[in-house]
Amino acid sequence: MNWVIDLIGGPQTVIAIAKVLIVFASLLVLMILVVWAERRILADMQARIGPNRWGPFGLLQTLADGIKLITKEDFRPQLADRWTYAAAPVIAAVASFLAFAVVPFGDEVTIAGHRIDFILSDLNIGLLFFLAAGSIGVYGVALAGWSSGSKYPLLGAVRASAQMISYEIALGLSLIPIVLVSGSLSTKAIVAAQAGSVQNVTFFDGIPVLESISRYFEYVPNWYIWSQWPAFLIFLIAGIAETNRAPFDLPEAESELVAGYMTEYGGAKFLMFFLGEYLHIVTVSAMAVTLFFGGWNGPAPDFLGWVWPLAWFLFKTGLFVYLFVWLRATLPRLRYDRLMWLGWKRLIPASLLWIAVTAVVNIDNAQLSRNWKLGAFGVMFAVVMVWVGKGDPRLRSAVSPQRRLDGTT
Amino acid sequence: MNADVVREVFFWGVGAIMVIAALRVVTTQNVVHAALYLVGTLMGAAALYVLLLAEFVAWAQVLIYVGAVVVLMLFGLMLTRAPIGKANYDNSQRPLAAVVAAVLFGVMSWILIDAFSGTELELAGENAPRTQDIGAVIFSSYVWPFEIVSVLLLAALIGAVMIARRDEPEADKEVGS
Repeated sequence: MNWVIDLIGGPQTVIAIAKVLIVFASLLVLMILVVWAERRILADMQARIGPNRWGPFGLLQTLADGIKLITKEDFRPQLADRWTYAAAPVIAAVASFLAFAVVPFGDEVTIAGHRIDFILSDLNIGLLFFLAAGSIGVYGVALAGWSSGSKYPLLGAVRASAQMISYEIALGLSLIPIVLVSGSLSTKAIVAAQAGSVQNVTFFDGIPVLESISRYFEYVPNWYIWSQWPAFLIFLIAGIAETNRAPFDLPEAESELVAGYMTEYGGAKFLMFFLGEYLHIVTVSAMAVTLFFGGWNGPAPDFLGWVWPLAWFLFKTGLFVYLFVWLRATLPRLRYDRLMWLGWKRLIPASLLWIAVTAVVNIDNAQLSRNWKLGAFGVMFAVVMVWVGKGDPRLRSAVSPQRRLDGTT
Repeated sequence: MNADVVREVFFWGVGAIMVIAALRVVTTQNVVHAALYLVGTLMGAAALYVLLLAEFVAWAQVLIYVGAVVVLMLFGLMLTRAPIGKANYDNSQRPLAAVVAAVLFGVMSWILIDAFSGTELELAGENAPRTQDIGAVIFSSYVWPFEIVSVLLLAALIGAVMIARRDEPEADKEVGS
């Protein structure tokens, strides 16, 4: 046995391979749960029952659907571009899996003298990797639409690539303030920087009531969300747009484009797109937790050492997945020109402004009041944004610009 | 296994893939396939950067070239024309293009060999460039090239918007809404 381990590069290689396999399998199981949860939550919000027949609470419904999809006929449109058509769903799924490589999902554990980090790869440029993996995901959508040889998929793909490129900029810019504050691109270091609680708040000293309240801040976790909430809002909006979820699900708008870029897909290939989309939701949720909500940090009793961080991570990520479903149940789809207006004219300027604010505040190295200064700047920033966000008068009417041009209202 | 041997095998493997992909970019008869082969070449370059322990440059390469530039090319192709199947994109400038490519290849090779021939780079883990170092160098020693490039890109951006912009007709002013 030992010579096999040595041949493939020692125990560290074995650990790495084992971690990848375990995480991959866990993510697939998690996918089944997420799809089930979405159907049940949506049903609940719409006063329906939802899947409840197959297994307890209908838990096995997704599994049954998956098996059904895999055993379906594997067809291909006659006009399709053969290899690209087959590769597109794989690219979409793989890109979503890739991004999870830099998500720290727990603390470290020592087994038989070997230290095991609960992160697949602690790259020192983790955030850059996250963005790069997300940008590869565009290929799955764009190529699927083009290679289907059909008009609705092509229209969906053009919409999708324009949307994803636009919101990728805002997504990338919303990460920069976090890098400025934490001084690192490594996700592991960013989580480590959010450990513990808010300490030594001197900002309210001398103010009668607030001073006594500020004692309790030591029970507040030291998360970046307190000082970086504008970045979080931008990240969340851009993240939802990146995953093509409602209210930004224009690429697959069923009332206009049948099913957008995946119209011509069925069976196992459709399953890959489905998998990719739900995995993307989990990855964006996990990234939001990692960057703004302390990652796996949380109160941990002494027993069950490594389980607590993992449980906290899963719990927080689950809340975000719930938020994604909630938004889908609540918000109507945006009109395309409003989507582009929001991305280019609001989110990008807002994130640039916030980078400037964070950079200016961060020049001063006084550690103590930094969070509070950022909070105060946040209020100023909100005032500016309300003023800026009054909206484009051309978008205010319910009539689309094209119909207004035609004068057929 | 010896790390140097692994590195060598990896280098030549990636190099072969890059050359084949680059050749297919110009010989394939489908524009979208050409763009995809270009992705293969660019990803190969990123893999070589990783081999040189330049992780930041590698992923920046993926993010910018694969994630933005080629996606924009694909986007442009889809908006204009990108038929499925074979198409002939040759024209009378083919010999001229061959001459330009050969000259460029010769000049680039000569410069690279002239400048770096026989240079050995230390790639110990300690000396691997950190993102912080790259940032510090860009905004100190190379700040002028950086600023000039950014102004150039901004000018190109505004130029593209001005060319693409259609002067909005009078009808746009709130017809009966």
